[in-house]
Amino acid sequence: MDISRTEPPVIEVTGLHRRYGPAGAAGFDAVRGLDLTVQRGELFALLGTNGAGKTSTMELIEGLAAPTAGRIRVLGHDPYRERTAVRPRIGIMLQEGGFPSELTVAETGRSWAGMTSGARPVDEALDLVGLLHRRTVRVKQLSGGERRRLDLALALLGRPEVLFLDEPSTGLDPEARAATWRLVRELRAQGTTVLLTTHYLEEAEELADRLAIMHGGRIVVEGTVAEVIAGRPSRIGFELPERSGPFETVGLPPLAGAEVTAEGRRITVRTPTLQATLTELLNWAARQGIPLNALDARSASLEEAFLAIASAPSTAAPSATDLTGAVR
Amino acid sequence: MTTTATGRLLALGRAETTLLFRNRTALFTALALPPLLVVALAEPMKQQAGEFPGISTAGLLVSGLLGLIPMFVVYYNLTAAYVARRGELVLKRLRTGEARDLEILAGTAVPSVLLAALLSVVLCGAGAVGLDLRMPVNPVLVVLGLVLLIALLVGLAALSSVVTRTVESAGITTLPVLLISQFGSGLILPIDSMPEQLATVCRLLPTTPAFQLLRLGWFGTEGSAPATDFAGTWSDALPLLALGLAWTAAAVWATNRWFRWEPRR
Repeated sequence: MDISRTEPPVIEVTGLHRRYGPAGAAGFDAVRGLDLTVQRGELFALLGTNGAGKTSTMELIEGLAAPTAGRIRVLGHDPYRERTAVRPRIGIMLQEGGFPSELTVAETGRSWAGMTSGARPVDEALDLVGLLHRRTVRVKQLSGGERRRLDLALALLGRPEVLFLDEPSTGLDPEARAATWRLVRELRAQGTTVLLTTHYLEEAEELADRLAIMHGGRIVVEGTVAEVIAGRPSRIGFELPERSGPFETVGLPPLAGAEVTAEGRRITVRTPTLQATLTELLNWAARQGIPLNALDARSASLEEAFLAIASAPSTAAPSATDLTGAVR
Repeated sequence: MTTTATGRLLALGRAETTLLFRNRTALFTALALPPLLVVALAEPMKQQAGEFPGISTAGLLVSGLLGLIPMFVVYYNLTAAYVARRGELVLKRLRTGEARDLEILAGTAVPSVLLAALLSVVLCGAGAVGLDLRMPVNPVLVVLGLVLLIALLVGLAALSSVVTRTVESAGITTLPVLLISQFGSGLILPIDSMPEQLATVCRLLPTTPAFQLLRLGWFGTEGSAPATDFAGTWSDALPLLALGLAWTAAAVWATNRWFRWEPRR
């Protein structure tokens, strides 16, 4: 996009570190040297397993805590030290946030509106997340998913330029999740910059312009979905029938460049050239008259990239900070 | 439209007021307590009044209640409120908004403070009508003492919430401050009747200056010297104001340092 070249990034993070607890082995480095840039209007997803450092990173970028080291700019300002300049222009939905259980939905919205610059009408915000019909209900009577949507409504109350969503669809039923995705897409279409964390890969695939996979407090890969999965193998899976005998005796054809693994009768083939390998395999099966049960062929997926990264030990790429503290 | 500190305080205070009206325990404490305290305090106050000529039982009772009511309505209720909001992750969520930390703590305190002020006015009105109360010697000092007391108690409530895990346990964690303030600040036991060393310690307790200011303003003496007039009370009041402000500043500093915004894990 042209706009990204003429305008400074909305979020700019360099060399970010966050340490909990004292120096030495008793402390823990949750974020260990993270760089991140999000352009205006972009939807950026931070992926990672639990404990990868997603929420720790979000809290620093949101300005809820000061980083141990590193530089953060949100809309050109330090979000912690210059919070008065930043907060009115951003909206935050925490992974875990609460509202007084004895207030109604509308009362909660009204009190938030009184603390939010340029707040839209409360009912409009509630309508966005489909909670308008629940406006007179006390918060304690809302379901978990409804509470998440209320949280989202309040994050949207000030028509934020930048929206931070920490696992926005956790605890939502599929219908509510689809509705939330629709809403986030609409906001993005209207120009809102969104930084979200999720451990639902499909959510990132569905929504994100760019994404980063975090592991052990660092970003391991970053880019568009296509960039992240580029170079990852495609996968073919099938089961050999009983009468064909054990895998070793069947004699698969030589599949160029592919890697074949067997788990009982279940065969998995990983290949950089899905179409060629699959053709070869199907032709062989037709010639031999062997039915390939539960056949499943898929292009390289984000899931595969994610699992490969998440299963690697987090100390795989030690940096100077690793030497100062324990690594879990 | 940009929000202002006052606007944010009012928005939060309004929500908290709604919550207070929906909290039966807190309302009961606020409304049932003053009459109970009158009954409990009547006899000790009568005895004290007998020892000081010119000091009326009614005056002692009203000035004492002015000090005691905020102990429960502000200190105890607010400790429980901070713990409840922290437990429900409300404080954590509020910190993501535009309100600053101090505004969040003050906004939560709005209804407790207003209720204490309202009860004080009602009490003085009732005293004037029903107990034939005389005008205080220095009403300014009475108001100053009350303001100082309430500010201090908001700070102490925030601090007490640090060591309180659940709303239920607030009844226990607030006891030390409640007991020490009632018995050590000259309210029920006159400080001058204590052994000298104990009296010195009691004069330095956080709530003592505010309680002494209430009495000084009301009677022209806090009990250790003959009563003086409006002008004469100011020289006695200065060290009390200084000590009270020092304690309040200490409470604010300690709150800033140790307040817990999220539950322990």
